[in-house]
Amino acid sequence: MGFSDADLAAIWLTLRLASTTTALLLLIGTPIAWWLARTRSMWKGPVGAVVALPLVLPPTVLGFYLLLILGPDGPVGRLTHLLGLGALPFTFWGLVVGSVFYSMPFVVQPIQNAIEALGERPLEVAATLRASPLDCFFTVVLPLARPGFITAAILGFSHTVGEFGVVLMLGGNIPGVTRVVSVQIYDHVEALEYAQAHWLAGSMVIFSFLVLLTLYTRRPNLNKAG
Amino acid sequence: MENIEALFRVEWPGFSLNVDLTLPGRGVTALFGHSGSGKTTLLRCIAGLERPTQGKLSFKGEIWQNEHTWLPTHKRPLGYVFQEASLFPHLSVLGNLRYGIKRASTEHKVSLELAVDLLGIAHLLDRKPDRLSGGERQRVGIARALAVSPEILLMDEPLAALDLKRKQEILPYLERLHDELEIPVLYVSHSPDEVARLADHLVVMDEGRVVAHGPLSETLARLDLPIRLGEDAGVVLDAVVAEIDDRWHLARVEFAGGSLWTRDHGIPVGKHTRVRVLARDVSLASGEPGLSSIQNMLSGHVDAVADDDHPGLLLVRVRIGNSSILSRLTKRSAATLGIEVGREMRVQIKSVALME
Amino acid sequence: MKLGQLFPSLLTLLCAISAHADEVNVAVAANFTAPMNAIAAEFAKDTGHQAKLAFGSSGKFYAQIKSGAPFQVFLSADDEKPAKLAQEGLAVPASRFTYAIGTLVLWSSQPALVDANGEVLKKGKFNKLALANPKLAPYGQAAIEVLTGMGLLNQLTPKFVQGENIAQTYQFAMTGNAELGFVALSQVMKDGKIANGSAWIVPGKLHTPIRQDAVILETGKGNAAADALMKYLKSDKARAIIKSYGYEI
Repeated sequence: MGFSDADLAAIWLTLRLASTTTALLLLIGTPIAWWLARTRSMWKGPVGAVVALPLVLPPTVLGFYLLLILGPDGPVGRLTHLLGLGALPFTFWGLVVGSVFYSMPFVVQPIQNAIEALGERPLEVAATLRASPLDCFFTVVLPLARPGFITAAILGFSHTVGEFGVVLMLGGNIPGVTRVVSVQIYDHVEALEYAQAHWLAGSMVIFSFLVLLTLYTRRPNLNKAG
Repeated sequence: MENIEALFRVEWPGFSLNVDLTLPGRGVTALFGHSGSGKTTLLRCIAGLERPTQGKLSFKGEIWQNEHTWLPTHKRPLGYVFQEASLFPHLSVLGNLRYGIKRASTEHKVSLELAVDLLGIAHLLDRKPDRLSGGERQRVGIARALAVSPEILLMDEPLAALDLKRKQEILPYLERLHDELEIPVLYVSHSPDEVARLADHLVVMDEGRVVAHGPLSETLARLDLPIRLGEDAGVVLDAVVAEIDDRWHLARVEFAGGSLWTRDHGIPVGKHTRVRVLARDVSLASGEPGLSSIQNMLSGHVDAVADDDHPGLLLVRVRIGNSSILSRLTKRSAATLGIEVGREMRVQIKSVALME
Repeated sequence: MKLGQLFPSLLTLLCAISAHADEVNVAVAANFTAPMNAIAAEFAKDTGHQAKLAFGSSGKFYAQIKSGAPFQVFLSADDEKPAKLAQEGLAVPASRFTYAIGTLVLWSSQPALVDANGEVLKKGKFNKLALANPKLAPYGQAAIEVLTGMGLLNQLTPKFVQGENIAQTYQFAMTGNAELGFVALSQVMKDGKIANGSAWIVPGKLHTPIRQDAVILETGKGNAAADALMKYLKSDKARAIIKSYGYEI
């Protein structure tokens, strides 16, 4: 006995969801992290707290509010209707939106920490060597904060793989569209299909262990700042 | 038009800077003062690394900053040397040097070779910064700032983070820069020794304000500086090596006002040099003294007298030809000798430091 | 009173209490939360026994009971799991009975969308149809049977969104994310009538009855409170409460 077709579809969907979410999060999260790391604005605290909310909120709370906000009567739902995008709940992109919120702190915080650890000096040096801020970001910040970005990508990806509550609320369990691995496991357990559940659940345990192993064994090799 | 006009007002909690200054567009200008005097902040304002509350800055006629203009740091044609070398750890020495070169405008370049040669770092090019000593790192930092062909070089206490030995290692390179580069250098320092060796102009700062500025020798000879130099009080004289005495290993240097014997440092005859004479090494006498171990005796007129830090001490400025020399003596000996402005005195100089 | 006297008297007191009022730990299917709270309150008043209630998904309770969870009575959302537990020797077979029969309803939060005969399903003018996962929930299984009987299953499958349980299914419909939903009558009923939106109460003949069975677990054998609770659930008073929440019995 191994994975059923439905299991494989769930695995493939989960990988697709996690990759898409991670890519988007690196794009969206990096400017947020940059701003949080460097701003002296009074908004730093509130914005940082909002980004960190998914760390403490039960995912079902997040999922429930997303369902309301993205739904046909919610503000975002109305907007997506006006734009001709239709409703987001029960779609792949709806899950992507949910996952982006849900995994945001896992991407923003490592990047923010890495940028904060750099300090102002390398940026100042780059400026005195004629590098524009954007140039400096790609040639100095990115290479120096690379461990932070890698950590962010790994955490963002694996946290999305492990996502359950939000998907449950927002997904509607549609095979190949929103039925991800964690939901599939839940279904197997609820349906008393324990053998099937073991295959998927065991794979998740191994996957998570390997991710963490990668993270922790990478640590000592961090670039020592000179 | 060849000058640097700087007007900055900064108001931060617990710190203010209020400066309106014209700096010469050539030579080395030292920004000198105790820590917290605002000299580094002034330098950072000039570099555009700080945004002052109010500021105007023009460099040789070009506006870098006023009410309407703000040229960001990366568009200012300057080179900056930080207190710690701050090399990019992910790049080799060569990579660090090239970082700026790639981005600099192509006009009148200080070539990479010249910068490497001036700082003597050719053998380090392939190394990563974490494989360099502190002194080597700072030499690379200076070369990197030079390699962008700056129109002005800003140096923020480049030696402060180094121990005495490393300082001695780098100073000759800085002196070479002084002699061979034509661009103006702003050099922040709190070390009178570095200032005496390197500076042509001196800006003395205290509590965010400029308290004195002018040519080095003139400014050092002022007795009204509100900051006290204590043991470091003294003057710097421009001189030329006039004679070498091989038998006694001595050299005679001539300055505007006379000549002095000093140990021979191998500087050839005819070469320009500077001589530092500390006030504590100068004593005054009236009439002809007898035999003495002191070789250098000159005569001059007392020009000014001022109190020194200690209530028992005086600083006396003596005019010798076109130069001034400071002497520190106790009030009692001043009274015994009858020192007063205009009086002719014999000047005995115990020790002279020759700076290449 | 000396300490030596105090202790024996306390002991006597405790024994007296436990002899009269026992405690029973009950695992209750989540959909039966509201009626069971009401019943437990009456039960305590009438018998002096305490029913300590835990609510959750029947599938999870099944797994927990198999792992030795300390429940004495199990009120399942279906009739399969109690039967299975009895078969596996974890429950008392003779104690099993149906305490409630669920009523399936097609519901929309929009007032005029659902007609009295469920014709709306045939017209297909709606975005999504929410139903409970048929693999897990009897209400979902019943919904599938209804659609199959109407010959609409294949046509409507693309519009399905599935809740993991009937509560989540109701959430999809209630927030309007799904315009239609097969939910439990007990969810949309308040004070004996359908509170808002529009609904079609699906006739019971269109699907297998949604039986919810209760059973005494092996650990509850001989527990007076457990026996009392099973008896109480069959009383007229309890049945009235159950019906008022939209269940048949």
